[in-house]
Amino acid sequence: MAERQSEQPQSDSRRRFLKYSGAAIGGAVVGGVIGGAIANTYRKSPAPAEPDNPAKQPPAADFNQAPMFFTQSQLQLTEAAAERIFPKDELGPGAAELGVAFYIDHQLAGRWGHNVREYRMGPFQAGETTQGQHQSIPRHEVFTMGLQAIEDASKSKYNKSFTQLPDEEKDAILTSLQKGEIAVVSGVTGQAFFNLLRTMTLEGVYSDPMYGGNKNMQGWKMRNYPGNQMTYTAIMEKEEFVKMEPRSLHDHFGSH
Amino acid sequence: MATKLPSVPVVIVGMGWLGGIIAAELTKQGVKVVGLERGKPRSTQDYYMVHDELRYAQRYDLMQDLSKETVTFRNNEKMTALPMREYGSFLMGEGLGGAGIHWNGQTYRFLPYDFEIYSKTVERYGKNKIPEGMTLQDWGITYDELEPYFDKFEKMAGISGGEEPEGLVGKRSSPYPTKPMLKTPALKLFEEACKKLGYKPYMMPSANLSEQYTNPDGITRAGCQYCGFCERFGCEYGAKADPVVTVLPVAQKTGNLDLRTYSNVTSIVHDGKKASGVIYVNTLTGEEFEQPADVVILAGYVFTNVRLLLASKLGKPYDPKTGQGVIGKNYAYQVGGARATGFYEDREFNLYAGAGALGMEIAEFNGDNFDHSDLNFLHGAGIRISQTGLRPIANNSVPEGTPNWGKEFKQASIKYANRVLTVSAQGASLPWRQHYMDLDPTYKDIYGMPLLRITYDFLDQDRELVKFMGAKTAEIMKEMGPTTIGTNDQLGSYNIVPYQSTHNTGGAIMGADPSTSAVNSYLQMWDAENVFVVGASAFAHNSGYNPTATVGALAYRAAEGIAKYLQQGSGLVV
Repeated sequence: MAERQSEQPQSDSRRRFLKYSGAAIGGAVVGGVIGGAIANTYRKSPAPAEPDNPAKQPPAADFNQAPMFFTQSQLQLTEAAAERIFPKDELGPGAAELGVAFYIDHQLAGRWGHNVREYRMGPFQAGETTQGQHQSIPRHEVFTMGLQAIEDASKSKYNKSFTQLPDEEKDAILTSLQKGEIAVVSGVTGQAFFNLLRTMTLEGVYSDPMYGGNKNMQGWKMRNYPGNQMTYTAIMEKEEFVKMEPRSLHDHFGSH
Repeated sequence: MATKLPSVPVVIVGMGWLGGIIAAELTKQGVKVVGLERGKPRSTQDYYMVHDELRYAQRYDLMQDLSKETVTFRNNEKMTALPMREYGSFLMGEGLGGAGIHWNGQTYRFLPYDFEIYSKTVERYGKNKIPEGMTLQDWGITYDELEPYFDKFEKMAGISGGEEPEGLVGKRSSPYPTKPMLKTPALKLFEEACKKLGYKPYMMPSANLSEQYTNPDGITRAGCQYCGFCERFGCEYGAKADPVVTVLPVAQKTGNLDLRTYSNVTSIVHDGKKASGVIYVNTLTGEEFEQPADVVILAGYVFTNVRLLLASKLGKPYDPKTGQGVIGKNYAYQVGGARATGFYEDREFNLYAGAGALGMEIAEFNGDNFDHSDLNFLHGAGIRISQTGLRPIANNSVPEGTPNWGKEFKQASIKYANRVLTVSAQGASLPWRQHYMDLDPTYKDIYGMPLLRITYDFLDQDRELVKFMGAKTAEIMKEMGPTTIGTNDQLGSYNIVPYQSTHNTGGAIMGADPSTSAVNSYLQMWDAENVFVVGASAFAHNSGYNPTATVGALAYRAAEGIAKYLQQGSGLVV
């Protein structure tokens, strides 16, 4: 760490975090990325101000990045699993940095998590594959039970929590889940849960940032998706690929 | 207890394309009309934040709330039908404008062959060419008779199109009202490839205006901006033709339309021979009303029309065992699946941009445009490329063999995000004795009314068609020079889970014979002269084209029939 950083405001909060986390839970430091705020993988703390720009203000806190449904361990587990599905690499951030865990958390807290616009009248009976899903467990329960199934499989196979595993072992658990080798609960296969997790991860990477993921439109930037643009008429006949700065719905809203 | 309202000349159930067109035509002639729409009101202001893939394309914001009502489905009578609990195969719109709000805007006329499909098939190949159980029948109207109504619909909507291959599609009395859409590099590739193979590619006729346009009703709309948010979305520019920006304002302006939203019709009041009105529920308050009328027009989606007729016991319900009866008969869909996908290492296209009806098509393998003598299927498919705008949640194509998660997936899906083109075939769906709609014996909606039950599957006819078309799409794609190609020419059972198409047809089919059809060529019920049942419910089969142009043409035809009936006072108008 550069020496300069000890003079920056966030090292104060870092010291405070260490003090309170230790005191609050009897000295043990929380595992996973949340506890790893020390390692700054969340970028929740503002980035250090550049030495030659002392006047540059750190960006405001993102109040949307707090769970409205998950417990701390559920949030960590979701983040760890989503990060394996869409990992950080040379192209750019992975699901963790993009805020996908918060996206999923917020979705499960709302209408989607409670199957509000789906037909929920009985009788619920299994049919042929061509007739789709017919279990009565709400989506938010399917998801949390799925997380539990991942954690149980991890403890059973490796004697460790999923978030403690090295990447290859995390991948082994997820591969097993996708293959249907891990059961979740009667009526919900591991495969069905994996598909839900994968779909929600991609939604979290690529939906408009107002939903909590695709942080700073980094998901869009990686694939040159321009987001919400009002017109493309001028480029339709161009032979060359046209890159442009992406715009969010917030940008659209603000400009009117 | 339903509150009985004062009688009106005409009541229309459903204010989408059909209700909108008919309301506009009748109110312009001074007829007083009550329009009942069960969903909410809409305007282009509702689409201010519409470029939201999650909300509209993934969470189906413009669609019917399935928790209130859905359909049940089984492949055949050996299965128990189960409700479609979440959206998949097709998407049911709701609210003012109906499906006309969230469609793509692809606007093809059905072929002359389609309207006389039975006669023409027998004429060319003999009766034995039609397999046992395939209930092919003529529509009771010819393409030439319907042509002026196609023309009317296209001029109202401002359809953008260009030159079309003579002899392969129906003749036109006038050119398209606006020029074709812009030809992008991807479309040019398709065009060149098709020409090399000896085909005659043409621009997809588009309801997304290629330029600003003022229609015969004096409605002016702006040109499409190619924003890439068409199907499943509303158009904030008014460029995509939808009822709310075209025909409903015309009807409103006359002062003769009493439009009531949140009004869900639950039954038709009738004495077996004539309807006297409808019963509807205010979906917000639960209050029930009876709206008496001289003429009742069913202009809802296919499922709504058929379900209302069955639940109200109007018309003869279809019995698949005997083949007798008509309400629910000849359900058809669309046969997709045949496609070739090309991945390009050396080229990138601006695929994030597009419009719902931006594309090109060839007609050589549609209808009876090619010789079926040695083939094991009838009809065919429209083969096309489209550039509708590849949105990132839904489009993460990777070459075969790539995992669908993890680092390799991320890298490949990002690499090919703007480097993948697809040539696909939209196949016709022919009717069978065992494919039909009726009322479910178990599942109900929130009002306690039985849900509509669909019995439908893909059969050998469809598999042979897909195999044939798969080869044709692959041939074209190969000519387009990608680095890798993925193809599909296989078709399993019909599965309600993955999205395929929202082209559901049949159930109240038109024809010349009252014993085998529900409505005549003006869409007037044979069994109840003051009831008109309008929409794709009238299709005796579904063609290898999108249905809306034909639906629109039939709506204009029906409007004429309704006006005639009102003048006559009684009797069949055909």
